[in-house]
Amino acid sequence: MPGVPAGARLHVVTGKGGTGKTTVAATLAMALAEGGRRTLLVEVEGRQALAQLFDVAALPYEERHLAAARGGGEVMGLAIDPELALLEYLEMFYNLKRAGRVLKRMGAIDFATTLAPGVRDVLLTGKVKETTTRTTKDGRFVYDAVVLDAPPTGRIRQFLDATTEVANLTKAGPINRQSVGVLELLHSTRTVVHLVTLLEEMPVQETVDAAAELTAGGFHLGAVVVNRARPTLVTDGQVGPKGAVDLAELAHGLAAAGLDAALAEPLAGQLVEYADRQTVQAENRARLAAVDAPRIELPDLTPPVDLGELNELAAYFRADES
Amino acid sequence: MSTRRKPPVLDIDALLNDPETRIVVTCGSGGVGKTTTAAALGLRAAEAGRRTVVLTIDPARRLAQSMGLTELDNTPRRVKGVEGELFAMMLDMKRTFDDVVSAHSTPERAEQIFANPFYQALSSSFAGTQEYMAMEKLSQLAESGEWELIVVDTPPSRSALDFLDAPQRLGRFLDGRMIRMLVAPARAGGRASIKIVTLGLTVFSKVLSRILGGDLLQDVSSFVAALETMFGGFRQRAEQTYQLLKAPGTAFVVVAAPEPDALREASYFVERLSRDDMPLAGLVVNRTHHAVPGLTARRAEAAADALAEKADPQLALAEAALRVHVETALTAEQDARMARRFAAAHPDVATVPVAALPVDVHDLDGLRSISALLAGQPTAASRT
Repeated sequence: MPGVPAGARLHVVTGKGGTGKTTVAATLAMALAEGGRRTLLVEVEGRQALAQLFDVAALPYEERHLAAARGGGEVMGLAIDPELALLEYLEMFYNLKRAGRVLKRMGAIDFATTLAPGVRDVLLTGKVKETTTRTTKDGRFVYDAVVLDAPPTGRIRQFLDATTEVANLTKAGPINRQSVGVLELLHSTRTVVHLVTLLEEMPVQETVDAAAELTAGGFHLGAVVVNRARPTLVTDGQVGPKGAVDLAELAHGLAAAGLDAALAEPLAGQLVEYADRQTVQAENRARLAAVDAPRIELPDLTPPVDLGELNELAAYFRADES
Repeated sequence: MSTRRKPPVLDIDALLNDPETRIVVTCGSGGVGKTTTAAALGLRAAEAGRRTVVLTIDPARRLAQSMGLTELDNTPRRVKGVEGELFAMMLDMKRTFDDVVSAHSTPERAEQIFANPFYQALSSSFAGTQEYMAMEKLSQLAESGEWELIVVDTPPSRSALDFLDAPQRLGRFLDGRMIRMLVAPARAGGRASIKIVTLGLTVFSKVLSRILGGDLLQDVSSFVAALETMFGGFRQRAEQTYQLLKAPGTAFVVVAAPEPDALREASYFVERLSRDDMPLAGLVVNRTHHAVPGLTARRAEAAADALAEKADPQLALAEAALRVHVETALTAEQDARMARRFAAAHPDVATVPVAALPVDVHDLDGLRSISALLAGQPTAASRT
């Protein structure tokens, strides 16, 4: 992919709600797994979006096979549950399995995972870090790349920086140490943040804002991925200023195609509306130029997207590889 | 042909003009036009003569500007250019929380709480604070008795259901055993603590200190001690707000777009509301596409291809119009399929589609177009 540091191992995919960031994250994971590589696709919002997208049973808190990629690659999936991540953490560092149960009864787990500021996000990013840096006995990475279907742009900075806040709040202790490690990974060139957007005003605005905020916060941008771009069908001059269309010319053309010339008027209305949308798209595309990151445009696909279509989309990332 | 019956139509005007309707809550997943819908509903009610306030959470800049809002502000402001009384406000989460604290404690104690690092984090970045404060603000507006109708937008949560759960979760937490244990050492102070320390508490505190670090625990503990007088208040209010949402006069409008994710969230929501006996008015499906009737996508495509073959510049306009029709008809078909799937699963949910507008809403006229579409009226936007 263009503009992505060669050492990037963790791909964070964010975007405004409704822009299709889960589909884009899945596509990216497929593209990165091609040619015999192994990638892990991670979700953190408890929506079981990966299971739905890949049409498999709900994912437990365990890495599971999601799909085979072209050329013998494999995409694994993981849905991180913050509560289980905390229990795992307690067990791993303290052998505190039983204490975990006690804490749960007391509401402490609920507190730590849903109420304490940032602790939830720290647990999630902590687990992401663990999967990104995990190695086999002979020192090779278990995953060639990890793709994170991250929270939306409105929360992304807070999410990625939760560790900073907690590092400040907890000046000592293992969570502090953990936080520092996560911060290092997220701010290094091993991590890139991709922004998914539609060519609509609000998503583009959020993308531009998030890009500035992330850059200022010391994160590395990957690509801006434009999703569901509509094809350009109306050319200059076909729709006049104020939405004027030459109805006679249109009726003539329809008749030549053996269609009812009475369709000319409603079709002209539809044409004008589409031309308006096209103009808005072009304006928004121009506004994206403010973001200093390569742009990848994906075509609109019929939902629900299936595996074949994901593979098709993956080609868009591949095409940009050179 | 199947004998599938059409879902009932959501009659927005009947809902808004009913004097019994006092609160309308719009909810749904992010990016479906929830805030715009809330604003359009408020505008329509106000222009129909009801004194209305719209409570928005984090609106897009231009939408906020269309209602004359420029900054976070906890006071409803009159929207200019509206016939009737429309007020709008953007939630200031931190200030709302500060107000709650002030209202429930002495000035000295409030100062103590404001200075606490844990409170500062809690009131600005607490998961669920936005939801909780939105509900708190809603209660305040309802209690003021100043409004004939309150339209409230819900925060862009991880899950659309968060705002229903957050207040109770907070109440449960403050009422929880853990809090009481945390608060015990601080309350007891030095010398009496020996009596209070039990084996369980020792283990508990140790574990927590190890996980969270000692400072945080100390902050939480003194925060909770300072907050103690407010416990009843907090819990009670969370419960009251929840009841307010169930009360007659409240109506939920679920907002979605004709996309799998958005409709799935809408489904969860519809099911949850019904389980909790919360009054669902219906579903708004924003950004629904319509194509010119009487011409299939397939036929239009064949015709466009035929015209392209002739390579006559005089025919290019018709070809473009036909290609646009193919694109639009396929999208419209897709939207209709999505809507049918939802209707099949929830046959009793009243629904209204809102046509996709070519441009984003950024002024009152744009909002008026949306509000007319919500009420099932054609608008100037669907010009020909």
